[in-house]
Amino acid sequence: MIEQFKNLEKNRHDYAKNWKDKTGGKVIGYFCTYVPEEILYAADVLPVRILGSHEPQDVTEPHIFAMFCPFCRDCLAQGLKNRYKYLDGLMISQSCLHIRQAYTSWIKHRPVEFEKFLCMPHKVQSPHSYNFLTTELQTFKKEVEKWTGKKISDKDLDKAINIYNENRRLMRQLYELRKRDNPPITGEECMEIVIAMQMTDKSEHNKMLKDLLKKLENYEPNREVGSRLMILGSEDDDTVFMNMVENCGATFVIDDHCTGSRYFWNEVENGKDKLASIAARYIDRIPCPTKDWEERKRIPHILNLCKEWKVDGVIIMQQKFCDPHELDFVAIQKALKDAGIPTLFLEFDVTVPIGQFKIRVEAFLEMIGEEDLF
Amino acid sequence: MEQEQKYPTEKLKCWNGAKEIRMKYYKDYAEAHDKGGLRWAGGAWTFDAIPAGLGDDVFPITSEPYGATIAFDKELSIECMEAAEKEGYPRDLCSYMRNYWGSIIIDKYPFGYNDKKEFVPRFEGAKALGFPKPDFIWQDHICCSHAKWYQVVSDLEGGIPMFTVDNAVGPSHELTDSKIKYVVEQLKDGIKFLEKVTGRDYDDELLYKAIRNHFISTSKWAEICALNKAVPAPLDEKSIYSLYVLGTLQKAGEQVADFYEKNLLPEVKQRVKKGIAAIPNERYRVMSDTQPPWSFLSIFRYLEKFGCVSVGSLYTFGLIGQWEVKKDGTWGPKTIPEIEFSSRDQALYEYVKYELHKPEWQHFYSCHLKSDMMIRIAKEWKLNGVMLHYNRGCEGLTVGIAENRLALLEAGYPVMAFEGNNADEREFDEARTKAKINAFMETLGAK
Repeated sequence: MIEQFKNLEKNRHDYAKNWKDKTGGKVIGYFCTYVPEEILYAADVLPVRILGSHEPQDVTEPHIFAMFCPFCRDCLAQGLKNRYKYLDGLMISQSCLHIRQAYTSWIKHRPVEFEKFLCMPHKVQSPHSYNFLTTELQTFKKEVEKWTGKKISDKDLDKAINIYNENRRLMRQLYELRKRDNPPITGEECMEIVIAMQMTDKSEHNKMLKDLLKKLENYEPNREVGSRLMILGSEDDDTVFMNMVENCGATFVIDDHCTGSRYFWNEVENGKDKLASIAARYIDRIPCPTKDWEERKRIPHILNLCKEWKVDGVIIMQQKFCDPHELDFVAIQKALKDAGIPTLFLEFDVTVPIGQFKIRVEAFLEMIGEEDLF
Repeated sequence: MEQEQKYPTEKLKCWNGAKEIRMKYYKDYAEAHDKGGLRWAGGAWTFDAIPAGLGDDVFPITSEPYGATIAFDKELSIECMEAAEKEGYPRDLCSYMRNYWGSIIIDKYPFGYNDKKEFVPRFEGAKALGFPKPDFIWQDHICCSHAKWYQVVSDLEGGIPMFTVDNAVGPSHELTDSKIKYVVEQLKDGIKFLEKVTGRDYDDELLYKAIRNHFISTSKWAEICALNKAVPAPLDEKSIYSLYVLGTLQKAGEQVADFYEKNLLPEVKQRVKKGIAAIPNERYRVMSDTQPPWSFLSIFRYLEKFGCVSVGSLYTFGLIGQWEVKKDGTWGPKTIPEIEFSSRDQALYEYVKYELHKPEWQHFYSCHLKSDMMIRIAKEWKLNGVMLHYNRGCEGLTVGIAENRLALLEAGYPVMAFEGNNADEREFDEARTKAKINAFMETLGAK
């Protein structure tokens, strides 16, 4: 049912190249979901998120110290291996230090015609972050206009905001379906859809999503739901892992990932000042741990997701060496424990030891199901 | 190994003065409550002139030097690390941070009183005090760990009022009014926070004084480091570590500004004038990068056996020092603003505008900016090579280090990379590092 999304994800490079040929527009690669895609889209630029390929590689060793997360090295490897040669631009929004290295190495060794480090504020809990980011976006808009030669009007921004908001609304509808006792879609399938979402023209993605939602309306899959799980943690596009878990008698019904719900959870509340509205959306979004301070606002959100999606257990995954998530998971684990929700912590690399993880997941699921046994 | 003494040498006369300032700092913090004062905790980079406006009896403890102090006490450090790990915190996190958290968990301060009632380090016979809980947290954030560090401190202590300033507003060459004001507005909110949590009225005159101290400390430290361009170098990096640290403790403190301006700077000037060397057999000059492995500073003495002096690093020069490009194109101390402060807003604006030029903040935006500064140092300080510490204990300063290596090589400087950890001695291989130094010295021509 989600083959079309899978194809987009698997053929991401062909898709972007075809899009360029078809539209004559520019394609920009971006690291981190704090990039305000609406401004790029308004300038007829296709933003595509840079993700890794989950293959062992040996090209990044001279560029990134091995104690940095495997995800940032996997992303850089894609650039160094020339898999994104079609990119016209590359940008990052200030988030974690690890992924920033992939960006800075890439632009030096594989230069592109447009590059941008957007100074996304860290203290999103400060009331002053709104004005600051709005001003940064004003500068960014001018830079994009200069690069593309296209003046971005309020009408262009409105159109982009509406398309992106529709995309987010449709994704929320899809996630709502996962609240059902028999969710019509698995966690692995949802992950495929979100990954495709991050590298596709959103108007196309919207059409595909609408079709999918129609099909899922009355769909009752013939598979065991098993334990209802949540997955949360670092960047995660490991569909192989998701598949393994969901074949062990469990279903992922919700997530807190930047390749999942965090990417689309809130909309732009479109006001008079378009850039201020976009800035507010990125300030107010469910935060990445790099920006979740002084108060830990993610924890009540996670607990609420667990409640609403009737979660039996949580898998906390994190990319090896991912400091921001390492700085949060102890507190998250404690909050979940206090709420009576069991957790399993797993450390991910570019490839995961599926066999070993399967044993741990099975033990975890057995533990969750213990009460039913006796 | 070449042992011939080419230059006269002598110990720094102000050495004990530096030690006294450091010891008094930790004592003042520990004893603050006994005298009705306040204690606060925050990073070495925090805007420490701000809490100074609460009064002269408000004493800080800065995170990174505290983590390093524990690291120097190997036995205590292991105890702290293991305690943090037992609580579930991963071993690859910042090692200063793990020492700090461990010190709270096991409730041990690396200082205390000996039998003669003198305040001394634990390893000099003191019975360790419990960790003195801060009254509030005043932090800054540019590295991913900064604000998060103190979230955990607050968790471990059952809640401490906390305010953190986001200073990650982009590289100094792209500074705008909007970026400066974003930080200034946060500082103004921070002052309101401080008044609320302490119940004290804020004194702007004390703030102005602290900002002036800050200008002096950071500019004079840079001037001292610039004197190390001289051949022979008047200071070696192992000694520099004990001197720069004062700026990381309390750069807005009068005792630090005075020490740099009135004690250390004149003495180093004299050393240059008289040709007094840090090491008498100086033949080769290198720099390092990032924090050293604090438990193994002996590697710097090992270099000296080859007639090699480490003259500093971007880390020791630029962590606290403020620099600018002079008319002749070389790096020199940043000119101290000649401004009379007339309002809080104006003082904060000048403070922030000045501070956002900190060299060690620039690589957070691009490792290539750091490479440029390192190549500048290599040229102006007349270096023969560079030793890069691939530091597993600090992601913030190690970010982009592999690109720095490539850039230095491309610029023609031999580079020795060695892996270790600034504050977790379990991750440093001394014998292997010395073997690397042997090979590196051979490539430089030392025998």
